[in-house]
Amino acid sequence: MNARAETEHAGNGTRDHTANDTAGRAANDTAGRAAAFERTIAADERIEPRDWMPDAYRATLVRQIAQHAHSEIIGMQPEADWITRAPSLRRKAILIAKVQDEAGHGLYLYGAAETLGTSREELLDKLHAGRHKYSSIFNYPTLTWADVGAIGWLVDGAAITNQVPLCRCSYGPYARAMVRICKEESFHQRQGYELLHTLAHGTSAQRAMAQDAVDRWWWPSLMMFGPPDDASPRTEQSMAWRIKRHTNDELRQRFVDICVPQAEALGLTLPDPELRWNEERGHWDFGPVDWAEFRAVLAGEGPCNEERISRRRRAHAEGAWVREAASAYAAKHPRGDAAPHVPAAPNVPAAPNVPAAPNVRAGAS
Amino acid sequence: MSRAAEDEAEPGPGAGWPLWEVFVRPRRGLAHTHAGSVHAPDAELALRNARDLFTRRGEGVSLWVVPAAAVTASSPDERDPFFRPTADKPYRHPTFYEVPEGVRHL
Repeated sequence: MNARAETEHAGNGTRDHTANDTAGRAANDTAGRAAAFERTIAADERIEPRDWMPDAYRATLVRQIAQHAHSEIIGMQPEADWITRAPSLRRKAILIAKVQDEAGHGLYLYGAAETLGTSREELLDKLHAGRHKYSSIFNYPTLTWADVGAIGWLVDGAAITNQVPLCRCSYGPYARAMVRICKEESFHQRQGYELLHTLAHGTSAQRAMAQDAVDRWWWPSLMMFGPPDDASPRTEQSMAWRIKRHTNDELRQRFVDICVPQAEALGLTLPDPELRWNEERGHWDFGPVDWAEFRAVLAGEGPCNEERISRRRRAHAEGAWVREAASAYAAKHPRGDAAPHVPAAPNVPAAPNVPAAPNVRAGAS
Repeated sequence: MSRAAEDEAEPGPGAGWPLWEVFVRPRRGLAHTHAGSVHAPDAELALRNARDLFTRRGEGVSLWVVPAAAVTASSPDERDPFFRPTADKPYRHPTFYEVPEGVRHL
């Protein structure tokens, strides 16, 4: 039985029951499974794809993971806008590697979402139809080269602050994807920081460009943590299910505390006159976020919403014939056929527990 | 045995490509470990996508891709009966056996 096919709804009978029996037994099964689910969460263990889970837990995860995946995919655009204009070959190669990583993160996350019984096509359709959101941050334009640095330092920095606790999220596939992603994000964050540091210590024009980028990206980065706790309806349930481990405001505060000294080390300032150390709290106080702007961007009225989504739709529509060609080619060449350039390998009899296909490929490569 | 398995085996043009599970062996002497999954129209492209996706930073020297539909998994509902035999056979473990004090290398 396909492991993923089983993820849909474990409640459906897997054995034959008489009609009378079924209802009663299903109710018992569900109660027992719900109890097992609660025990697993309470023990801080992971829920896996084939485990029973409440429908609302599944739905919340699909939404969160999918929108996380969409953010990675849409997030390629603002940075990719600078690939052809990167000021040195080194910076260009770094930026290409980074955008490649973002694509990979999207794929890991779509994969994690699919273990919940959805499909990537379905999720992409929802993105294209505007029924799924992606991170508000990617609706801001990259106006200068320094924006690439500000995105790396602040946007990826905020993402890391958000994502490190997700490595302990109660849903196993999501947690495992996050472990991988966090490792790669730290490359992104450091390259951004280094880029800004170089500019901040360059000519006065470069320095001004770096400061301007930080000024524009600081507040949108704070918005990445989501609405304040008293306006975040899903937080309580997500915390109870241990999907989230910290509230939006806790993470936002943590991020501010991390960034202030980092900005000092850059020799740049953060655009917040109310930023000051609070001895009593042991944290940095900061000014109010413009939540009206946040809501407007989420509602599709940010500077680049239309451009981002229409570019994604266009890529999908114009790529349709290529996807069809690949499927048609695959249908003509049943699995096991070597690709045309590979000399036909003798069909090595495989040991019983070794898949045959990888052996053939290994021999050919 | 399921709808999804069939769907995955035969994508129509432009429909979802089948899912492949990816196993990476980090270096000689170690076992292949499940790394994740990719969508691809055929095994060849699955292998290339998996190379790009899971071995960008020198993580592996060997890759296996397996159609997800070919994987059979044990059922969590039957976990207890299915795996029970080990629990009541403690004599399968070396710690079950008492060794006289002072005996070494045993």
